[in-house]
Amino acid sequence: MFLSMNWICDFVDLDGLDKVDLIHRFSLSTAEVENEIFFKGRDLSGVVVAEIKSVEEHPDSKKLHLLKVDAGDGELTDVVCGAPNVRVGMKTAFAKIGAQIGDITISPRKLAGYTSYGMCCSESEIGLSDDHSGIMEITDDIPNGTDIKSVYDIDDIVFEVDNKSLTNRPDLWGHYGIAREFAALAERPLKNLETDDLTVYSELPPVDLKIEDNLCKRYSSIKVENISRNVSPVNIRIRLYYCGMRAINFLADLTNYLMLEMGQPMHAFDARRVDKIRIKRFPEPFRFTTLDEVERNIDENTLMICNDNTPVAIAGIMGGFDSEIKDDTTTLALESANFDAACIRKSTVRLSHRTDASMRYEKSLDPEMTVPAIGRFIYLLKKYDSGAKVVSSLTDEYAVKFPPVSIEFDQAYVDRYTGIKIDGDTIVKTLTGLGFKAERNGDNFKVDVPSWRITKDVTMKADIIEEITRIYGYDNFEINTALSPLYPVRPTEVKTDEEKIKDLLVKRFSLHEVHSYVWAYNDEMKAIGIPVEDNIKLANATNPNIETLRRSMIPTQLCQVRTNVSYSNDFGIFEIGRVVNGVDENNLCIENKMLGITLFSKTNSIKDQYFRLRDILSSLTDDIKHCELTFLKTQAEHSYEHPVNYNRILINGTDVGFIGMVHPTVGKNIDKKGNIVFAEIDVDKFAGAKGKELVYDEPSKYPSIEYDLSMDMPKDVLFSDIRACWENADTDLLRNVSVIDTYDTELIHRITVRFLFGSNDRTLSSAEVQYVVDKITDSLAAMGVFIKKS
Amino acid sequence: MDERILSLKEKMEKELSGISDLAEIDKIRVAYLGKKGSITALMKGMKELAADQRKAFGADVNKLKEAAMTKIEEKTEELRRHQVEMEIASMPSFDITAPAAKNMGSYHPITLVQRQCENIFKSMGFTVEDYPEVVTDYECFEAVNIPKHHPARDMQDTYYLENGQLLKSQTSAAQNAILRKYGPALKENGVPIKAIFPGRCFRNEATDASHENTFFQMEGMMVDKNISISNLIYFMKTMLSEVFRKDIKVRLRPGFFPFVEPGFELDISCLICGGKGCPSCKHSGWLELCPCGMIHPNVLTEGGIDPEEYTGFAFGLGLTRLAMMKYGIKDIRDLNSGSLKVLSQFTDD
Repeated sequence: MFLSMNWICDFVDLDGLDKVDLIHRFSLSTAEVENEIFFKGRDLSGVVVAEIKSVEEHPDSKKLHLLKVDAGDGELTDVVCGAPNVRVGMKTAFAKIGAQIGDITISPRKLAGYTSYGMCCSESEIGLSDDHSGIMEITDDIPNGTDIKSVYDIDDIVFEVDNKSLTNRPDLWGHYGIAREFAALAERPLKNLETDDLTVYSELPPVDLKIEDNLCKRYSSIKVENISRNVSPVNIRIRLYYCGMRAINFLADLTNYLMLEMGQPMHAFDARRVDKIRIKRFPEPFRFTTLDEVERNIDENTLMICNDNTPVAIAGIMGGFDSEIKDDTTTLALESANFDAACIRKSTVRLSHRTDASMRYEKSLDPEMTVPAIGRFIYLLKKYDSGAKVVSSLTDEYAVKFPPVSIEFDQAYVDRYTGIKIDGDTIVKTLTGLGFKAERNGDNFKVDVPSWRITKDVTMKADIIEEITRIYGYDNFEINTALSPLYPVRPTEVKTDEEKIKDLLVKRFSLHEVHSYVWAYNDEMKAIGIPVEDNIKLANATNPNIETLRRSMIPTQLCQVRTNVSYSNDFGIFEIGRVVNGVDENNLCIENKMLGITLFSKTNSIKDQYFRLRDILSSLTDDIKHCELTFLKTQAEHSYEHPVNYNRILINGTDVGFIGMVHPTVGKNIDKKGNIVFAEIDVDKFAGAKGKELVYDEPSKYPSIEYDLSMDMPKDVLFSDIRACWENADTDLLRNVSVIDTYDTELIHRITVRFLFGSNDRTLSSAEVQYVVDKITDSLAAMGVFIKKS
Repeated sequence: MDERILSLKEKMEKELSGISDLAEIDKIRVAYLGKKGSITALMKGMKELAADQRKAFGADVNKLKEAAMTKIEEKTEELRRHQVEMEIASMPSFDITAPAAKNMGSYHPITLVQRQCENIFKSMGFTVEDYPEVVTDYECFEAVNIPKHHPARDMQDTYYLENGQLLKSQTSAAQNAILRKYGPALKENGVPIKAIFPGRCFRNEATDASHENTFFQMEGMMVDKNISISNLIYFMKTMLSEVFRKDIKVRLRPGFFPFVEPGFELDISCLICGGKGCPSCKHSGWLELCPCGMIHPNVLTEGGIDPEEYTGFAFGLGLTRLAMMKYGIKDIRDLNSGSLKVLSQFTDD
């Protein structure tokens, strides 16, 4: 919203103060002001009122005219002018030789053989409007030669406030409310608005008016006739233009002017079309043409202003085409109303049509404002069109009032909340300056909140703190640390494990951490041939490519691998992220935090990749939980998983995830030569699984004995199956077991296992070692394992 | 001196001088000094000499033996030295300036920035809380003073799910749960609530270089008796100076956020120009960084905490924005792209 400093100064005297500095203070105390401040008129000088005394056609040009102009110098000036609207006796804005218009300095200039000693200006050229259809026509009675800046409010400081920062301040949507803030900041009084005394019309007949739906909180109206003025005064037009609005006609301009001044949207109906005002909703949808000549769909939730049963305006949003002020309108029915904010907001969204009026209504305007706004409107109307005549009494239906708000607090509350000392007098002075009625009794305060702040903004003690502190100035705060007792803080196991996992994967295994989205991207999934798994969907995604939340990180990671195949022949990625697995019995999403790891290689065999990933997972578990993983071969569950090598991963019997290989079909879609393996671990289950404490093993002073066994494994017997052979050997001499070699042919799967025996209290004899070894080999033989003699 | 002794000595010296290998020395040692060696044989042959010759001959042979031992020792030493010299001479001078083999993993830049922030807060006694991404309307809105039809909901382009839940549009969705989790310890034992809760947030909007539908925030709050605006400013200034590792000036402006009252927009002095004004701060000298404020009494009440007895502050930091500022990442979409060309560079803080 653009604001004019001249307009603000109508209501508060800021003479002698640095206005730009005040604007900055406003930004720090009230609402955000955009960086650029516009100094209107600063680049304009030497433009005077002048009268065209004669007009001759240019002999060689159809467009140009040769003028003689009286610029008040005592002699006439020759001017060549191309504007179509020149005529004798017309007064216009004339830039004399030496005048400054923006970057241009006016000097004598030859045009088609004739010299022009100055320039007649359009309103657009001197920045008063965007009208460049012809030169400015000045109808006010002003002596020739008068500097136009001395008669019109061209010099101004205009600044823009970010509308978002006014969301909670319905009172700041007009200059008067803004002026109140400046008055409080400058500690100067706010002037009263000059209004017409409406009580004098009380004997006149009322407007036929009825609120039939309480979404209309208040509706005030008055009728005026005999309006003869059509074009607004220049100063009104300048202000509208500076504030980003276009002049239309006097009545429309005046309603807009009132809206920019008081924040109260108004609408002027042609009284010939509207004589029985009803405010209601219609049960059946219909189409309605607004004054911008757009036909719109109106539904049963949209509040309408009607002439009896004929809709004439969409309440709070826009008037209708049929009832708007026409050029021949002389009698108007004025609307100054208040509507339910949520209703207007929702209608705006439904109609996708936001207007200056609806923008204000949806902020919860003060309903107390409707009548003073009419008083102000009539005052200005009569000031600029003295023939205008009020022909009805002020008619005011007030359906819903906001209850008054009064707040009590004490000095201790302010001290505690602010942490600094703001004395009682300052508190009262600040609040009074903002229009609150503040009473102080020692350390106790009682504050009546003004009507323009109770609609949503100030309802409780904490709100009062804001009023006091923002005017006090946050830059003036003394800053202090909090004095709070100390207590230890212990991180959760999940958090701790997560950080360890990340460190190990990055630092030890050189994997890359990535982030991804919680939903499936349909196109990416399609590209690698993975159907999107059915799951809970987004209800309102604007991007048609995303719809379904993911159940697993792996498809996402496969898509990411595809985007990286040209990055390197060998890489691994991981992420700790979220997946959703449908809903529970209460219809709430089941969300899981997962670790996904995917390895890609064009150089390593799929087997090496698979075992590398196995080693990574084992290492994580060993490091963090000091225990071993176990694997359980099962059926692959998804089309992207290879059906052969798919294993669930268990820690102490808790299923925490799976390890698998990519299905060749999907794999080839990603890269023809790449070998891809992946694993997914539920991080919460991982953290929750029972691990072991780290146990220190005192190194033995006595030598240990190594014993290697080469075993030919029968088909379908896994290493995990034969572990029992030594784990159940009932010995405390076996210190470690490791695989030192494997040998595979089509017929033989041979592994060489090294057993390490030792004792902390003696040197072992070969006999006692052999005794244990024999026990182990007997059990192995029983399982069909052939021990190769070495 | 006996002819045999002289010739043996000569022969040995000749042989010794001719060798260049340590292994051959041992052969010579055996050949002359071994049990069957030539000098040993001379000793043995002494008994065949006449008694008067025996003494002188013996002395000469002993001399020869000692001389042989010394010679062999010297030669050994010489050869050893030579061998080391050869070894040194044969060592090539390597070009260590050739690029090192790199095989480094990488952290996501958000992880790096998040850890840095978490460490600052942990050092000040804050607990780090985690929270789901799918939340209820109550958690995200109602509980933080954004009732239905509140205009603040207009500002949130929320992703709703079929079951009526939503993807959290702000980390504030965790506030209520955290107040309820730590409220009892506050009320019963006077343990202040000091928590941060980093997390992923979602906005239903079109993406471009500066807009993402998925991004990270970190929210924090502190609740105790007598927590004040003055404390809030102190805390924000201290924390941000730590984050940026230099003394940061902060400026508060009124800002409207339903879950705080008063609410602020916090600006920091421009990191590029230090406040003088430059293109990156649009010549204002300030950067708008994060919203903060005193926790709204309704939010405390909803979290089971009496706002008459306790006050608190809360703030929200855009971790994604912070990471972009810190590393100069220009396109926000790079962060979720999974592209290793981008991400593999972040090997560590």
